[in-house]
Amino acid sequence: MKARVPQLWIGGALTGVILLAAILSLFWTPYGIDQQSIADRLQGPSAGHWLGTDMFGRDILSRILGGAGTALTVGLAAIALGLAGGLPLGLAAAMNRDGPADMLIARGADLIFAFPALLSAVLIAAVHGPGAINVVVAVGIFNIAVFARVVRGAALSVMARPFLRAALAMGRPWPSVAVKHLLPNIAGVIAVQATIQFAVAILAEAGLSYLGLGVKPPNPSWGKMLADAQTLLYVDPRQAIFPGLAILWAVLGLNLLGDGLRDFLDPRLRKIRAV
Amino acid sequence: MKKMFGACLIGAALGLTALSGAAHAKTGATLAITLEPPHLDPTAGAPAAIDEIVYANVFEGLTRIDSQGLVKPGLAERWVIENDGLTYRFILREGVTFHDGATLEASDVKFSFERAVAEASENAQKGLFSAIDSVEAPDDRTVILKLNRKEGLLLWNLGWGDAVIVDPASAETNKTNPVGTGPFKFEDWARGDSIKLVRNPGYWGKASSLERVTFKVIDDAAAQVAALLAGDVDAIPNIGAPETVAQFEADPRFAVLKGTTEGETILSMNHRRPLLQDVRVRKAIQHAIDRKAIVDGAMFGFGTPIGSHFAPHSPAYTDLTGVTPYDPAKAKALLQEAGVAEGTKLVLKLPPPTYARRGGEIVAAQLAEVGFEVEQIPVDWGQWVSEVFKGEHDFDLTIVSHTEPLDIGIYARDEYYFGYENPAFKELMAKIDGVSDPAQRNTLYKEAQRILADDAVNGFLFQLAKVAVIRKELKGLWTNAPIQANDLTAARWE
Repeated sequence: MKARVPQLWIGGALTGVILLAAILSLFWTPYGIDQQSIADRLQGPSAGHWLGTDMFGRDILSRILGGAGTALTVGLAAIALGLAGGLPLGLAAAMNRDGPADMLIARGADLIFAFPALLSAVLIAAVHGPGAINVVVAVGIFNIAVFARVVRGAALSVMARPFLRAALAMGRPWPSVAVKHLLPNIAGVIAVQATIQFAVAILAEAGLSYLGLGVKPPNPSWGKMLADAQTLLYVDPRQAIFPGLAILWAVLGLNLLGDGLRDFLDPRLRKIRAV
Repeated sequence: MKKMFGACLIGAALGLTALSGAAHAKTGATLAITLEPPHLDPTAGAPAAIDEIVYANVFEGLTRIDSQGLVKPGLAERWVIENDGLTYRFILREGVTFHDGATLEASDVKFSFERAVAEASENAQKGLFSAIDSVEAPDDRTVILKLNRKEGLLLWNLGWGDAVIVDPASAETNKTNPVGTGPFKFEDWARGDSIKLVRNPGYWGKASSLERVTFKVIDDAAAQVAALLAGDVDAIPNIGAPETVAQFEADPRFAVLKGTTEGETILSMNHRRPLLQDVRVRKAIQHAIDRKAIVDGAMFGFGTPIGSHFAPHSPAYTDLTGVTPYDPAKAKALLQEAGVAEGTKLVLKLPPPTYARRGGEIVAAQLAEVGFEVEQIPVDWGQWVSEVFKGEHDFDLTIVSHTEPLDIGIYARDEYYFGYENPAFKELMAKIDGVSDPAQRNTLYKEAQRILADDAVNGFLFQLAKVAVIRKELKGLWTNAPIQANDLTAARWE
């Protein structure tokens, strides 16, 4: 199986490293995330600072680790918000197939899809001022629509299957059927979508922080680190390379993991494997 | 055949590019500016961005401030001071015309000054005219100013962009279509992109050697650098990314001019906040700040630490950086004495310029060292003006550079944004207004600086440097900025 879905393991490993970095940053970083030392600014990698220092003399490794924490927090919060809204809405739509609730939810999702998440985040930032919460809210609302659609489709296909009808025929109430039989069968699809939306949220956070609308200084963010590095490109290109690599690492890892999960969980592919 | 035709076409295109490149290099110049002005009438608004386009280029006053900060004759070719300094008689130059063809007459001067101080006037510097009692125009070329008190700085005041002479016929439309007497005429303004000026063939003085000047609005420092490297602009008169200067110094295509501005960069404190009314707290904040670290870290060494609100290159300057030096231990002791708890919150609002955003990160870290919890809020200029400078004055701290020359008088203003009220200081400022002897004035200015430093009114950080990066062949741009201006009168290609 390992050989058949290598993306799963590579993606899982890459994502795992980011996850570990984020957890580690909560308890320990080589230097304080915001600890400045102007005299030591713009140093290259050394034994003291593995990835060097930024323009205020802060340790880049510490800030990359802290940035992983920011990225993951924002990503998780956006996924949680999306699931909290999208899961019940999607199930409701599936059960009310082609009814008024289904129509309402479908049109609502269309409406949300009409506004790109990044633009909504800029809009929220314009009203509310910069902050990580903007990214969470904007991407989270976008995710509600994404999950509602995915859940509805998956639920409909499962609901057509005999075991579910049998459960209903035996007189079990709907909510119980949904939790016991429906959810476990669509969990895989949701997991795949969640990893992909996770990557989207991380990119959105980096993009908005790059524009100065994301996390507020001095909190670390990969996107803000890239923005600070921009005018330093000719002076010290390393400043841009490390946060850039971190973003690449996280997004690549999550996408591979999502791809791998999809292949792994896809029943059609599984059948072929079984043969 | 087809191939040859193609080659010819490419050759022709290359030739054309080369030609236009050469032509461009000889007759026009393009300057990158960071902020787009809200409008183009220097007599109706404070933004430096207005003066940085029209001062000396489009509009002129009776006198003018030159690149060294000295007062030189402008539209007045000479003047006589009579009646013990209470009457100024100006003789206007002959043959001066506005860009719309009207001839400059003494009545235009009377009109301009009376318009500036009128009730409905939007002039941002009415104080410049406060000593003027009446303006008379006995004949076409004579203007007589009668003063209500001696004003030692009158000639200098009249050289400001806010005191330029406008034509009554076009005064109302100067915001969008400025009509002045200067060496360049307004040609076109593509909002959000560029402002174009074209040489004024009827200029009274020495005509500019540049046929056309373009001010290109590029608000991003990195994009300005890229535009200069690509040849899209010929100069960045005030570079926003000091870290790139070393790279330009090493590049033989460019010249780097390092000068000073009139910009006192300060950490303004809101005196309306009870916490910041306590002089011990304000002193603690100043003691917590390492000015050199800010100049090095935020400005890559460009800038001079200051200890009060005065420009170090001024003869009236006195170095007061020693009054409240960097001393975190003392800061902590003062805070303890004032009963300020560890973790007290302060809101620091930061406008877009590099000095504020980067300086803010360093100031926040330094204040955290002595126990404050500083929340940095990046704001754009519009927000800064409406939330901090005007309106509710909703801020604890902010970082801003006051770029008007000799602006220590702002500390005597009623209801100014940082809310400093000190009758003794106001009295001193009123006294200075009446003194015309330079030496005596300087002594009083030193006294005023001392009051502000002792009171730790604001956190005094550093004097903003002016660093210009210019194509080597373009000469005649100002090194220093004694007044807000990009005077292109003497600019030329060599």
